[in-house]
Amino acid sequence: MKTELVWLALLMGAVTYPWRAVPLLTPGMHRLPSRAQEYFRLVGPAVLAALAAVDVMVILDAERTPSFHVGVEWLAVGVCLVLVAARRGLLGGLVAAALITTLVRALNLA
Amino acid sequence: MREDIPPLTPSAGGPEALTEAEVAASRRRLRLDGLGIIASVSGFGLVYGLAARAAGFSPLEASAMSVLVFAGAAQFAAIGYVLGGFSWLGVVLLTAFLNARHFLYGAALAPYLADRPRPVRALMAHVLTDEAFALSIAHFRRIGRGDPTGYWWAAIATVFIPWNVATLVGVIVGGQIPDPTRYGLDVIFPAAMAGLAVGLIAGRRELVAAIVGAVVGVAVGLAWEPAAGIMAGGLLGPIAGLVTPPAGEQA
Repeated sequence: MKTELVWLALLMGAVTYPWRAVPLLTPGMHRLPSRAQEYFRLVGPAVLAALAAVDVMVILDAERTPSFHVGVEWLAVGVCLVLVAARRGLLGGLVAAALITTLVRALNLA
Repeated sequence: MREDIPPLTPSAGGPEALTEAEVAASRRRLRLDGLGIIASVSGFGLVYGLAARAAGFSPLEASAMSVLVFAGAAQFAAIGYVLGGFSWLGVVLLTAFLNARHFLYGAALAPYLADRPRPVRALMAHVLTDEAFALSIAHFRRIGRGDPTGYWWAAIATVFIPWNVATLVGVIVGGQIPDPTRYGLDVIFPAAMAGLAVGLIAGRRELVAAIVGAVVGVAVGLAWEPAAGIMAGGLLGPIAGLVTPPAGEQA
């Protein structure tokens, strides 16, 4: 069995791990000044919203050139947001989003 | 302390600590929220395995990527880079760039996990992903402290195991796998991230941070590269939140 890309995986893991580990292992990260603590408290909503928006609105072509995307995903994520805000439960929103997307694509409306 | 800002540093056992029943209820919600993520991660793990097989990766190589790198976007990109004949140095540098956002996740989670032994935190770091961060930060905020059991569930049961099992199935079973986009699984990831972001919004500051994070993310993503957009949104959104006066306070 071919194994040479295992070494590439090791190198990729080696450059990914510090991003994950340094903040968790650095002493005093939980004793930062209150302004910095408040900043990191706001990272959660900011980065999750950025992940969602970029995933839905930015697509890459084969050459990794980004372009703006409008599609059924907007509706699906919007419905999920409304359901989560109304009921504070995520699973129902995710099921609704997947069903809407499946239905619209099956009907060739997207 | 301002009333709109809950304490960031957990105070396990303090007077405001939740009862075990309330913590258990939050864990149940985490497991329920994680079900959709398991479906999404499994679907794209299959596609990753399939794409790796098509690119000539052996099952051992595809699985090594999923265990050692454990970052979907970088793994998909690596397949393209390998197929495109990039040098390994180029692949490694691009991987570092794509995964830089994990620094923000670690920084946001650090106060909640500070009381864990260092080797445990080192292990926790390896399984920190977009999904694990989203589920665990929402859980920690609900209970007002860190919860290793909840973290391991979010990171291992919800993401690591499904992703690695699905990778192996994809690379071995190959072309018999149906396209997950046919079942709307591609929309679960952004819907879950958006839904979990909503759960973190408790005031005007979080709302502004989320909106600015999304707008900056899309703008930079379009102008440059999606990974850069996510990083920029995660960095600049909180600054916009910080300069926003909380509800009830004049600018």
